[in-house]
Amino acid sequence: MFDALDAVMLARLQFAFTVSFHIVFPAFSIGLASYLAVLEGIWLIRRDEAYLKLFDYWKTVFAVVFGMGVVSGLVMSYEFGTNWAVFSDKAGPVIGPLLGYEVLTAFFLEAGFLGVMLFGLKRVGPGLHFVSTLMVAAGTLISATWILAVMSWMQTPAGYATNEVGQFVPTNWLAIIFSPSFPYRLVHMVLAAYLTTAFVVGGVGALHLLRDATDRTARIMFSMAMWMAVVVAPLQLVAGDLHGLNTFQNQPAKVAALEGHYETQQGAPLYLIGWPDDAAEETRFAIGIPKLGSLILAHDANATIRGLKEWAPEDRPPATLIFWSFRIMVGLGLLMIAVGLWSLVQRIRGRLFDDRLLMRIAVWMWPSGFLAVLAGWITTEVGRQPWTVYGLLRTSESASPVVAGAVATSLTAFVIVYFIVFGAGVFYLFRLVRRPPSAEPLSDHAPVRVARPAPGEGSAS
Amino acid sequence: MIGLELSFIWAAIIAFAVLAYVVLDGFDLGVGILSLGARDERERGVMMSAVAPVWDGNETWLVAGGGGLLAVFPLAYSVVLPALYIPLIAMLLGLIFRGVAFEFRWRTERGRRLWDLGFGIGSVVAGFSQGVALGALVNGIAIADRAYAGGPFDWLTPFSIMTGIALVIGYALLGSTWLVYKTRGAIEARARQQARYAGIGTLVMMGVFSAWTPSIDPVYAARWFSWPTAAFSVVVPLLVAGCGWLLWRGLTKERVLQPFLAALGLFVLGFAGIGISFYPFIVPPSLTIAEAAAPPESLLFLLIGGLVLLPIILIYTGYTYWVFRGKVDPEEGYQ
Repeated sequence: MFDALDAVMLARLQFAFTVSFHIVFPAFSIGLASYLAVLEGIWLIRRDEAYLKLFDYWKTVFAVVFGMGVVSGLVMSYEFGTNWAVFSDKAGPVIGPLLGYEVLTAFFLEAGFLGVMLFGLKRVGPGLHFVSTLMVAAGTLISATWILAVMSWMQTPAGYATNEVGQFVPTNWLAIIFSPSFPYRLVHMVLAAYLTTAFVVGGVGALHLLRDATDRTARIMFSMAMWMAVVVAPLQLVAGDLHGLNTFQNQPAKVAALEGHYETQQGAPLYLIGWPDDAAEETRFAIGIPKLGSLILAHDANATIRGLKEWAPEDRPPATLIFWSFRIMVGLGLLMIAVGLWSLVQRIRGRLFDDRLLMRIAVWMWPSGFLAVLAGWITTEVGRQPWTVYGLLRTSESASPVVAGAVATSLTAFVIVYFIVFGAGVFYLFRLVRRPPSAEPLSDHAPVRVARPAPGEGSAS
Repeated sequence: MIGLELSFIWAAIIAFAVLAYVVLDGFDLGVGILSLGARDERERGVMMSAVAPVWDGNETWLVAGGGGLLAVFPLAYSVVLPALYIPLIAMLLGLIFRGVAFEFRWRTERGRRLWDLGFGIGSVVAGFSQGVALGALVNGIAIADRAYAGGPFDWLTPFSIMTGIALVIGYALLGSTWLVYKTRGAIEARARQQARYAGIGTLVMMGVFSAWTPSIDPVYAARWFSWPTAAFSVVVPLLVAGCGWLLWRGLTKERVLQPFLAALGLFVLGFAGIGISFYPFIVPPSLTIAEAAAPPESLLFLLIGGLVLLPIILIYTGYTYWVFRGKVDPEEGYQ
């Protein structure tokens, strides 16, 4: 199946495949955990049963998503060693403790309190149960913070020295954690997770509103999601712009590649579409707006943008893929802003729940956050190539001394298992959200776990 | 010098994390292994409910062990993981099926049998792979130039197959005694019977392991039969016999928690025996704890947080166990 590829390329494919599957789940569960905390908080304050119903509804979804995130994440924590042993040996002293802190401050917190959040309302009462939900939500955000510190350090390494055996040695932990790209990357990712969840919740709310415009829980979901789109989507544009400026300063080759610029230009255009051809060193079929590239990247229409030709061919990231993944991400972001603005206009006119076209579009937009997150990840991680630690450690010199056959076999096994397991999981998720929250939980296809909590217990069912 | 002391403190912490993983996820995996013998779906549901609220936290110790190894012994991490490539990938795949089954089985009626099967087989595969990995580590790993220097199948030996089987039996013991503690009626009665068989099996496998290990490497033999460590070679078997007796008494006298605690004791003793055999190596036969350690800056930075956070983790983990204490109520759950 993968005969033509060497062990490093196979290891890269395996990492890309497993991390792409993995990131989808945390991107959703980070936002969903916060949403659950908000729902439970509102329920506790107002004692409005609709919010508890929504909490229970999304809690079940969360359990499935979180479970898939845990098992796919476990794979990641071992893949560093199985496939990227040299990287692990050299970068371990710097990134290892950050991952260690992720485990100590986030993973145990999430996993410990998840059980109470899922099963414990009856046992601990609403107050402690809410604390558990908050702990799970906090855990997801803390986890994001540490892992993005690791990824940011790999992109913009700082605070290190190298020792006699070629390892990166920490010299300044604050500089390592707060590496130059970290604050931008963290904000961009957390906002992305919130938007991802908002558009899933909005899509599900719209779906049930289209069926029954009077469904109160569906109205709450749709309204909350559209508020998030109004507020967070434009914020994300600003955060993304600042992140771009930061990348332009720290990783100009990445920016040149994702903009399709091979020649250094003053007042560079913004290519809307085109086909960067790394072999020919030009962007074919380019349609661009003059000077806009410089204006966006440097906030100066006449700024000089260095082209890829300034770097040796072996130091350039592949342009075609990230040129397009970047445009897909930005395009989806602009669509989210448009939906948010549209909903705001309709809300002001008092017609938010009457606009069936908006609802239909919201249903179609449910996967927009996932696609944007994946596109963004491809842009930043492929844009880091050909390095694992930017400018310091080449990807080709980072892999394990494992034969290609073993990597190919494990890659095949991961592909098969992931499609079976996560395919089934996504299928069950669809089935869960097709049922409106207002429906009775018991149905032919969604069996009750052992038995329902006793009737009257906080109206838990 | 401070670096050396830090590396030994960290070796103790990592050893604790691995032991915590082995006993905690051990009983989850054991319940998974025994679920293959459950009579019907309802029984399997109750068995899974006996571990559902805690399994995720238990598995986190595996991430802690792996992540901790990367952080403080990056060289050991980058040598051991490629050497154990195939068993570790098999373990991960097994754990995937085991982990998702907790949620997936409740989301479908048609597919429930299959996810239950995945839960059971995934648990067996994960336990067996972990045992094989342990055996391969005891056998020793070839290292040259800070990298694994062996082939893809070096881990596969009669000894590692034996340790794989041994760990599955040991996990079945932990799982069955956990079920004795957590369930009632027919499941509890069967678990008591299974715990007897698994207990005998575990003791036999510990004996086989102990008889076999000294012949693998003269270093092990010297450690076991020369002073002062030979004292452990006398004391440990006595303590093992004591735990075996407590296990047997607990099972026959219908005690609820004693069999599980006795099984726990067997695991702690076995683990201590392996630890004493390895010391001062982290990867036998050539990589020592001191050589594999990260620079002191890395060790110290994580140690400060670890010393504060680990007790907190143990406290709230204990709290969640306390919340879900006692027998599983088949009438409890969430939809």
